Amino acid sequence: MTKITSLADLKKMKADLKAQIALREKSDNPDSRIQVKVAMATCGIAAGAKNIMEYLIEELDKRGVDALVSQTGCLGYCFAEPTVEVIIPGTEPVVFGYVDTKKANDIIEKYIKNGELLDGIIPVNYQKID
Amino acid sequence: MKDISLHILDLAQNCLSAGATTITIEIREDVASNLFSLTIKDNGKGIAPEHLPKVANPYFTTRKTRKVGLGLPFLKHNAEATGGSFSISSQLGVGTTTSAVFAHDHIDRPPLGDIAGVLVILAGANPQTRFVYTHTTPVGSYTFDSEETRDALDGMPLSEYSIMVPVKEMINANLETIKAK
Repeated sequence: MTKITSLADLKKMKADLKAQIALREKSDNPDSRIQVKVAMATCGIAAGAKNIMEYLIEELDKRGVDALVSQTGCLGYCFAEPTVEVIIPGTEPVVFGYVDTKKANDIIEKYIKNGELLDGIIPVNYQKID
Repeated sequence: MKDISLHILDLAQNCLSAGATTITIEIREDVASNLFSLTIKDNGKGIAPEHLPKVANPYFTTRKTRKVGLGLPFLKHNAEATGGSFSISSQLGVGTTTSAVFAHDHIDRPPLGDIAGVLVILAGANPQTRFVYTHTTPVGSYTFDSEETRDALDGMPLSEYSIMVPVKEMINANLETIKAK
């Protein structure tokens, strides 16, 4: 295939791209999709969050997992960056710290696909009993 | 921050939290005068005049979640380490403009980095915001406009991996043509 260098080249690919996307647009409601949020404030970026986000977007797509990858700001866990929050519909959000590509792989294979928890979860969901 | 593109990714978050709908990023490589300048302009809510002189102080912040803010101090430090300068101007309700000037050939001037990847991440994750990136070198000039790109793709989301790849390829090919570095 020739190299894409202009918007006109992109337009030519439109039909192909549309077909690829249509395959996965089953869920119209964002609440029913898995959400993966990568913390990307100064602390996250300095720790390599951009690479983790790119890895997650690419691998989730390749492995056929329908998930929405987005960015958030600093959650206050700067010591544990890069951090990734995963929200599986119907469950409590889970925040994973110290994420590298190996751990990102485990998040996809173990947590998202099988619901298994991993080491390095940041306990943010505990609520005090009044 | 390891490169200029990560500074841009970082500062764009400031613009987004200020509620900007258009973010203009400009890089100008003036090799003859040995200057590499970065300007980020937004139409967000702006910074109050009494806060403006303090933004490059790492221990000044108006946010409540934590006590430090290192994004602007890092940029200022990196620019000044090359003998360059940093400036910021803002008007409440109009927007903020941040500029950093580096010495182009200085060994401490961070490389450009993966600017195509950064633009695609920003445009994909923030579809409601328009990102306009212009890069000028002695060879030529290239502008990436997220809105124009989205229109060319009939509004298909830039957050999809299959769309990110060709868009990134387009940006990189154009930057290569103008010899951006």
